[in-house]
Amino acid sequence: MTAFYILAPIMVLAALGILFVRKAVHAALLLAVVMISLAILYAALDAPFLFAVQIIVYTGAILMLFLFVLMLVGVDASDSVVETIRGQRLFATLGGLVLGLTLVIGVSQLSLGTVVGLTDANEGGNIQRLANILFSRYVFAFEVTSALLITAALGAMVLAHRERITPKATQAATAADRVKAYAETGAHLGPLPPPGVFARHNAVDTPALLPDGTPAADSVSRVLAARGTVRAAPRDVEAVQRSINYHPDGTPTAEDGPDGRATGSTTTEGGE
Amino acid sequence: MDSVTPFIVLSSILFTIGAVGVLTRRNAIVVFMCVELMLNACNLALVAFAKQHGNLDGQVAAFFVMVVAAAEVVVGLAIIMTIFRTRRSASVDDASLLKY
Repeated sequence: MTAFYILAPIMVLAALGILFVRKAVHAALLLAVVMISLAILYAALDAPFLFAVQIIVYTGAILMLFLFVLMLVGVDASDSVVETIRGQRLFATLGGLVLGLTLVIGVSQLSLGTVVGLTDANEGGNIQRLANILFSRYVFAFEVTSALLITAALGAMVLAHRERITPKATQAATAADRVKAYAETGAHLGPLPPPGVFARHNAVDTPALLPDGTPAADSVSRVLAARGTVRAAPRDVEAVQRSINYHPDGTPTAEDGPDGRATGSTTTEGGE
Repeated sequence: MDSVTPFIVLSSILFTIGAVGVLTRRNAIVVFMCVELMLNACNLALVAFAKQHGNLDGQVAAFFVMVVAAAEVVVGLAIIMTIFRTRRSASVDDASLLKY
């Protein structure tokens, strides 16, 4: 029971967190906490087979599927706070409280009698005994399960499949479109400038500098710009030259090497 | 041997939280997660009662619930993806075409 009293508060807190977090990814991770804790509770309840199945099927397969779909659907698809039905949230919470209190009070009032325990039922191994029951009394339900799984797999394939309506764009067609756009609107024909060219960093979040020193907006991904994580480019060419200690007039200061870079102290010591 | 009542109480609490989540959250995927939470709470009760009665039938039932939940998640998430593709939204409020 020690495991229970450690895990139960964690599970309730994580489950409550699912109700309150804004981002769906956080909800999925909190659900993972609940499910792994449940697996440990199964182990504490003499169900080692379900312990393994819970981790493999729920945490491994189902939650990964959730995260996969979240990535496809868009991680930033957070909940809207607008209530479609007025007072729905309040009434749902009140109804939930009533349901929860009724269940908890009712369950804690009834006496279940002495616990028989699974030591007898698990004799010879939990998995072996489960298999005996599954393939004798529940064999029909087990077979129906296989039909259900095949139907679900087919359904997922049919639903997630998308028929291509327009033909796939070939390289020649793309090139023709570019030239056409250039002829009509004067759009730039060549590739976009890569980030960081002539800037202080060559990281993708640093815009390239144009010859006049202004940052080129095209050189960073639009996603980064929308997130607002684009680094500030150095203000002008002089700032860049100062930052790399470059002197275009060819008069390096005393501590500069012949290539305009500062020479390290080791080289100076080696020259002595 | 100690009682299984705390497990049933925890199961009830988790079920209630899942039910409230289904009613209040607007993101279809989070609603789905709350349904999974309710299924898991039921599984906990089944496994606890299996121990109470010294009978493995409860564990077999929990196993079947897991299988059905897996199938349900696969089809449900495919439906959510299809809706997202056509409506560009995963909110349960936006799919209201039958209302008008």
